[in-house]
Amino acid sequence: MAELAEKSEIEQTEEKNIENLVQFLSFTLGDEEYGVDILRVQEIRSWEPVSRIPNVPSYEKGVVNLRGAIVPIVDLRERFGLGHMEYTALTVVVVLQMQTEQGQDRVMGVVVDSVSDVVDVDKKTIQESPNFGTKVSTEFINGLASVNERMVMLLDVDKLLKLDVLEDEDEN
Amino acid sequence: MSIDMAQFHQVFFEESFEGLDIMETGLLNLDMGDVDAEDINTIFRAAHSIKGGSGTFGFTAVSDFTHVMETLLDEMRDGRRQVTQVAVDVLLGSVDCLKEMLTAIQDEQEVDVASVNEYKKALEVELNGEQANEATTTVEAVVEPTQLINSAGSGWSIAFSPHADLLKTGNDPVRMFRELAELGQLTSVVDFQGVPDFYDLDPEDCHLSWNLEIVGDIPSTDVDDIFDWVEDSCDLAIQALKQQNFPSVENETETTLVETNKQAVVEDTNPTANPIVDKPKSTKKEPSKPAAKGSSSIRVDTGKIDTLINMVGELVITQSMLSLVGEHFELNKLDQLKNGLSQLERHTRELQESVMNIRMLPISFVFSRFPRLVHDLSTKLDKKIELVMVGENTEVDKTVVELLSDPLVHLVRNSLDHGIEMPADRIAAGKPEMGTITLEAYHRGGNIVIEVRDDGKGLNKDVLKAKAIEKGLIDADANLTDKQAYELIFMAGFSTAEKLTDVSGRGVGMDVVRRNIQSLGGNIEIISELGKGSTIAIHLPLTLAILDGQSIAVGDERFIIPLGAIIESINIKESMVNRVAGKGETFRLRDEYLPIVRMHEIFNVKNAQATKLTEGLVVVVDGQGMRCGLFIDDLLGQQQVVIKSLEANYRKVEGVSGATILGDGSVALILDIPGLVRLSNQ
Repeated sequence: MAELAEKSEIEQTEEKNIENLVQFLSFTLGDEEYGVDILRVQEIRSWEPVSRIPNVPSYEKGVVNLRGAIVPIVDLRERFGLGHMEYTALTVVVVLQMQTEQGQDRVMGVVVDSVSDVVDVDKKTIQESPNFGTKVSTEFINGLASVNERMVMLLDVDKLLKLDVLEDEDEN
Repeated sequence: MSIDMAQFHQVFFEESFEGLDIMETGLLNLDMGDVDAEDINTIFRAAHSIKGGSGTFGFTAVSDFTHVMETLLDEMRDGRRQVTQVAVDVLLGSVDCLKEMLTAIQDEQEVDVASVNEYKKALEVELNGEQANEATTTVEAVVEPTQLINSAGSGWSIAFSPHADLLKTGNDPVRMFRELAELGQLTSVVDFQGVPDFYDLDPEDCHLSWNLEIVGDIPSTDVDDIFDWVEDSCDLAIQALKQQNFPSVENETETTLVETNKQAVVEDTNPTANPIVDKPKSTKKEPSKPAAKGSSSIRVDTGKIDTLINMVGELVITQSMLSLVGEHFELNKLDQLKNGLSQLERHTRELQESVMNIRMLPISFVFSRFPRLVHDLSTKLDKKIELVMVGENTEVDKTVVELLSDPLVHLVRNSLDHGIEMPADRIAAGKPEMGTITLEAYHRGGNIVIEVRDDGKGLNKDVLKAKAIEKGLIDADANLTDKQAYELIFMAGFSTAEKLTDVSGRGVGMDVVRRNIQSLGGNIEIISELGKGSTIAIHLPLTLAILDGQSIAVGDERFIIPLGAIIESINIKESMVNRVAGKGETFRLRDEYLPIVRMHEIFNVKNAQATKLTEGLVVVVDGQGMRCGLFIDDLLGQQQVVIKSLEANYRKVEGVSGATILGDGSVALILDIPGLVRLSNQ
């Protein structure tokens, strides 16, 4: 009996831990490592040529046909000002889901250098992103987590995919 | 056994809203002089099913309210009550009230009890007010439960006359009377008059009726409960023994209510200039879920679905045939393969057509709200107006139907307010006192045309011009054709109404109307004759989902131009080209100078093959009356393309109206001609 009780206690603590764990998909951009909430990841694809959209910022690469849906592709390197890298067959596109303020689901692909791992992060250990002033834009970063001594920047998917900022007001 | 009733709520709401529409139409169609019992019956049935449904789902507020309406209707049905305009207006008000209640419940919001009670009062006043005058006829009143509690203590008088088939439904009056007797002291008077001659007597029918009086302190619900089961198979009137003195008719309250309602309509239908920007505001205010409100479901004729299923069947057969051919393919089977492919093509096209057909709704979905609108507004404006609707069964794509209703409301309101004159003016002008507004829908080519026609005073070109000059919209010496003068009313900030009413005249209307129509890929035109009336015609594509397109090449990129926008494609010579102010280019096409829009420049296409005008092609396109020449590399081919929204996952892009997927799986952008012209002007 005592053994059993002990066992269930262990299970319980484990459960507790699981409750606090959040899984992130980590990927690299240059030397930096980023993570997104794994529940937001719809799929991971390899890079394929896009149809360019005219007169948009250069990090908005264009749109692709994703099983009948028109999905925009954003280059995260360029979005974060990390410079451009040639796309190869190994370049990865992570397809992410988000909800707009109007409650519609949106899908968008982001180009990253490579996908590394799925990491478990204890919610409690996530640090707030430090403030670098205006020099470095941290608006997309939700927090920092350390995984195996490496720092992973956790991205806010909703903010990341919000491209409406540039939407013209249409009125004039 | 527990069933989650919530899953049926949506169905209930849909049915109830349909029922309300039926009631509204029915009420508006009632001819005061000669009331058809069947019409009232239709209205009654609709009310009854709403009552039943709401009772089942526990929306007692709705069922109580409907019950009062039903009583009034029941009396009208039986001819015990004259159908008066006042009564109909009260009922119409109640329909609105029910609509509000149901909407509130659907959105999981609080029902506005105060306004409901006002309507209820108006209904009861209508019910009981009559009663005083008709003391000789069978008097009845259904009294609201709260008021009953006051009057309880005196007792009830019940006129109970079962229909002949009451006994067959398994109900026994005797049992009911016993139950009644348990509640209080019961006296009953039997009326034998209905009993036929012995030889004609059917022993299974009930021929008796009763006048019951029960004395005691009894809540109305207890009495109601007893008759609950037989309500449908008898004529029942329950009345408190001691009459309540109801407050006198508060006409004032009623009219104010109706006005507030109208105000709401006016605001509703005033399409905001930028719905995308406006939406988040409203969602923030109401964190409930209005998104689910829009009717995302659609009722489809089963015939259409059967056709669809047949086609899918054929498609499956074709597919299996093709896979058989493909399994052991030899060259001599090439013919078979070709046959199969052409069959496949045919089936796909048919399938596509019938799927599109499912999305088609009769335009009456939009038209049906207009009788009410015209009825209300004409009363308010003291005008006599008849609304004629032609071609209500013309079918249009669901999206078009939804987006069309606001602009149409606007146009009809304009016709009512500005178009049709006051009755006195009409007589003076030698026209019939009653003005006519005609709503007509018909197909022409691949388009649907919707006309709003009135026989009012027509548009006065000079007034329009003067107004436009006054507002600084055009130059004082501008020379305008009739058409151009009429177009002035589509300019933002233009309103000719001398005084602003809440009906129209704020000048935010017509430009929005035109923009809405244009965003649907349609156009709008005005034909008018001074003194005779005006016609506003809206031309819209039948469907928004598929379009005939011309694919073009610019550099490595492919674009689609809507085929309807293309006038012609030409090779131009250097001699045809002129430069304006050293920058803009125009070319001469049969005595007309058209601007040239270089696609590779405004879309920043690299490695375009043709950079000299003589090397490429110029496609002359027409976008909302603006013509221009698009300079491109080459024309590729015509094909039907399925329009996909760019905005679903991305955002609006200037000069692009959507995207489509080409045969090779790549994405091509569909050009928005008016947008391109705007872009090139910047």
